[in-house]
Amino acid sequence: MSEEDDIILSELDDDELVQQMFDDLYDGLKEEIQEGVNILLGRGWQPYEVLTKALVGGMTIVGKDFRDGILFVPEVLLAANAMKGGMAILKPLLAETGAPTIGKMVIGTVKGDIHDIGKNLVGMMMEGAGFEVLDLGINNPVENYLDTAEREGADIVGMSALLTTTMPYMKVVIDTMIERGIRDNYIVLVGGAPLNEEFGKAIGADAYCRDAAVAVETAKEYVARKHNRAKAG
Amino acid sequence: MTNALSKLLETNDWLMADGATGTNLFNMGLGAGDPPEFWNETETDKIRTLYRGAVDSGSDIFLTNSFGANASRLKLHNAQARAFELSRLAAEIAREIADGAGRPIVVAGSVGPTGDIMQPVGTLSHADAVEMFHETAEGLKAGGADVLWLETISAPEEYRAAAEGFKLAGMPWCGTMSFDTAGRTMMGVTSADMVQLAGGIENAPLAFGANCGTGASDLLRTVLGFAAQGTEMPIIAKGNAGIPKYHDGHIHYDGTPELMADYAVLARDCGARIIGGCCGTMPEHLRAMREALETRPKGDRPTLEKIVQALGPFSSEGDGTGDDTAPKRERRGGRRRG
Repeated sequence: MSEEDDIILSELDDDELVQQMFDDLYDGLKEEIQEGVNILLGRGWQPYEVLTKALVGGMTIVGKDFRDGILFVPEVLLAANAMKGGMAILKPLLAETGAPTIGKMVIGTVKGDIHDIGKNLVGMMMEGAGFEVLDLGINNPVENYLDTAEREGADIVGMSALLTTTMPYMKVVIDTMIERGIRDNYIVLVGGAPLNEEFGKAIGADAYCRDAAVAVETAKEYVARKHNRAKAG
Repeated sequence: MTNALSKLLETNDWLMADGATGTNLFNMGLGAGDPPEFWNETETDKIRTLYRGAVDSGSDIFLTNSFGANASRLKLHNAQARAFELSRLAAEIAREIADGAGRPIVVAGSVGPTGDIMQPVGTLSHADAVEMFHETAEGLKAGGADVLWLETISAPEEYRAAAEGFKLAGMPWCGTMSFDTAGRTMMGVTSADMVQLAGGIENAPLAFGANCGTGASDLLRTVLGFAAQGTEMPIIAKGNAGIPKYHDGHIHYDGTPELMADYAVLARDCGARIIGGCCGTMPEHLRAMREALETRPKGDRPTLEKIVQALGPFSSEGDGTGDDTAPKRERRGGRRRG
């Protein structure tokens, strides 16, 4: 393709630009995403609008194709990296304007487990979906989850494990929540290669999420229910 | 190049590899999150018991306790400087058990993934990866491993980097990947892709194949995918003993010795020449597998239906090969790509 055919983002109208940003997120083009974000802001878009319409919209497509086995980890990481480039511009503006977040998640790999690729992917996709994510990293004892969740007023506690020997620790965290009478304050999502739905139920989690895309869908659904309950109550 | 494995492959239609390392060590008291490789120094008798379990159950090949003995993994335990030493110890103990077995046994030096994602998507450079694999390879070589055994790899870049590191050590090798995501590796590699990958490497492996992943059924679908490519290279099948289930605070794999015996015979029918187990595969499974491989005749290549009937359903509908793959998103065009 010749040079002349190359797209000039600033010449696209808003709708076309957002469509192009969906493509550029899909292709993991970070600089183009940052340029797109700046153009929309320059045209008077609210930071929250740019986030939800352009970035979250684009990451939703990436998430669906990941869930359906069309995209795999390398493409998703590139897309998430491009999304983060856009988020870096939006974050300070979102804080200034006091824009709403759809929910707050504390996420970490459980005690005894040092694997983090899947957990990182979930964190990035959750951010891409508009959640605020507090990443605890690897090897987390109960206190890390509960202290952070309480201090930050989190909606969701997410736990990851790759080892069959560390999976049972998720139940320790949930049982501690029950003991302290705070289990119902949080949505508990679990994931990791050796897990399955049956295991999630057996330990008392709200849901097992097979991959990062499912985690996002599940989180949205549960947060919506939680908000409805809060209104009704 | 002649080595203990190529010699055995010349005279045997099939060979049996070992079972689980982690599951066995956890049953011996290894704590969750503790690096198993430390036991090569501090619990040598338990490592001997692990190795003997495989040899006494009829394995022709067994893997050393060095899966995580690379600088990147060991760094998480502040032992990044010990990759060579812990690998050497793993192979030395293995050598002792193999030499005392009274029959030819191949000591395969296990090399697991670095756990890092390689550039450009991730942070690990090719040069650093090669160096790490080389270091582990030299340790296993110094300890007396016959071949190196790369396993549970998901990225083609990492597979190639390992091959390069092994070449620097002058060691023959085998290499398997883990197909756990809709029939592909986490990084999207299909069974057909892997045949191309393994066949296209300058320092080619002696054998290639699949290990771990999801259940035994999925693994055999992958082996059928390898065979469909018409490769001449020996195929390795090392599947998990079923699926992990939760019971009273403990996890156990639901695959019985009988199921793994069926799996072993089916793996051979699918075209695998080196057959073993992975997570959950204990000595009793290996004994049942050996007996089945010795007493049951080789059959025709099974259909997918027959695999499901014997071992249970697949975890995904397709495996990314053939026409069942959905197309990628149609982009607007105009953007110059790659």
